[in-house]
Amino acid sequence: MTRIINHPILGKLEDRKAVPFTFDGKTYEAFENETIAAALLANGIRKLRVHEDSGTPRGFYCNIGHCMECRVTVNDHANVRACLTVVEKNMVIESGKQHPNIVKRMVEQQ
Amino acid sequence: MRDVIVIGAGPAGLAGAIASASFGLKVTVIDEFIKPGGRLIGQLHQEPSGEWWNGIKESERLHQEAKTLSVDIRCGVSVYNLEKDDDLWNVHTSIGTLTAPYVLVATGAAEYPIPLPGWTLPGVMSIGAAQVMTNVHRVEVGKKGIIIGANILAFAILNELQLAGIHVDRIVLPEKNPLSGKAGEPEEVMKSLLNAAHLAPSPLLRMGSRFMKNGSFRKIGMKFYPKNGVKVNGTPLLLRKAAIEIIGTEQVEGVRVADTDENGNIIPGSEKIYEADFVCIAGGLYPLAELVAVSGCPFQYIPELGGHVPHHSEMMETPLEGLFVAGNITGIESGKIAMAQGTTAGYAIAKHAGKDGAAIDKQLQEAVQNVRSVREQAAIQFNPEIDSGRRKMSELWESLYSKNTRENSQIKIG
Repeated sequence: MTRIINHPILGKLEDRKAVPFTFDGKTYEAFENETIAAALLANGIRKLRVHEDSGTPRGFYCNIGHCMECRVTVNDHANVRACLTVVEKNMVIESGKQHPNIVKRMVEQQ
Repeated sequence: MRDVIVIGAGPAGLAGAIASASFGLKVTVIDEFIKPGGRLIGQLHQEPSGEWWNGIKESERLHQEAKTLSVDIRCGVSVYNLEKDDDLWNVHTSIGTLTAPYVLVATGAAEYPIPLPGWTLPGVMSIGAAQVMTNVHRVEVGKKGIIIGANILAFAILNELQLAGIHVDRIVLPEKNPLSGKAGEPEEVMKSLLNAAHLAPSPLLRMGSRFMKNGSFRKIGMKFYPKNGVKVNGTPLLLRKAAIEIIGTEQVEGVRVADTDENGNIIPGSEKIYEADFVCIAGGLYPLAELVAVSGCPFQYIPELGGHVPHHSEMMETPLEGLFVAGNITGIESGKIAMAQGTTAGYAIAKHAGKDGAAIDKQLQEAVQNVRSVREQAAIQFNPEIDSGRRKMSELWESLYSKNTRENSQIKIG
């Protein structure tokens, strides 16, 4: 995706300082004071995690902190809402991963 | 010592903080979002007068005014509990417990989700999420989108997406089922859209509006509703098509859509896939009131106000001593109403806190009157029955709490 630089009513997006961060080990750039969800979308990334049990992909849904769908791990702190958290310089962000479900696997094997 | 804690830095919360602080009260405002303004900062539309309502500018104005009055505004702070201890309210937050004798809860609204198969795929978002991404963060939500659900909020945001150059390919209804409710019934959707017809999504809707207000004409109208829809600023509004499933593997790739009859029932064999890289679900708004619920405040279900709302007076008092509410938590209306209610709540708090007699009484009365006149002048209503909803609440308040004198109308808890 790209940024909306020019807007007929809101005007031109001012130049902002670029802030480097990593997501799943790859380095990207955010603008300062930008949320993790916005910065990742601007870099073309919609998938923020997989469902802990089923492993199916998830992205942000409400974008204002209500739905908890966008939870990621930030600097080793799990379940941080990407839509409410501003990217900081050299932040290490990891997508949410699938958790092992030993009981379910056992049931499946029977 | 802090006098007032305001939860929510949207139009209601900021206006409330300003009104309280103007009487010398010490006010702290907390909000989860990264900047103040609440959902006001997403709003952008042209008034019937031709002037632009720019929510970012309005928020900045409120923010400045609050700062001038030394209101302490803290963003990025979450509140998870609200309870009372003797004479003080404890507001439990992510930065610790804050206390004050008065709390104004102005948490606004949340969107009703409309679950359908595939709605958890990345690229599916609430219509409000698209608004925030577009107007606040200025990041494109996609190249080609489909909106599921046709209501006033969806049209307002459709306009904003178009202004920003985002292509919305079409608007369809959700499949009719218990989860989608009236949002899946073409005739009900038409009825609700007609209330905004003077702001006219399209000349056709405008022309047809008076005629379509009659129930039997409306039925005929839905029966012969054009298959390819009616264009709303160039985007087809398809009232006779329903979204069955959102498809994609890692993210949204399209929406499976079927034709429906005039009652919203699926016509077998009519399924088709429309490609898209983003989907917005527009289910409408409900008052976001959990915090007031955990505080022990009684609630009433009033559909005209958008759902369950805390008991409150016209002066925005709740039955709990020291607890006040304002904005969409009291019923779904515009940001302008939220501001007017916030101002009322702020003055009401100042009065309860014992601020000087004559001036405060007059300002409070004017503020209550102002809420009514802003409502009368509103060009658009999220719910056309809003007056009846407001009346129900004020009658309820009168019957339950007016035996006490106004000064003592709040119950002591804790």
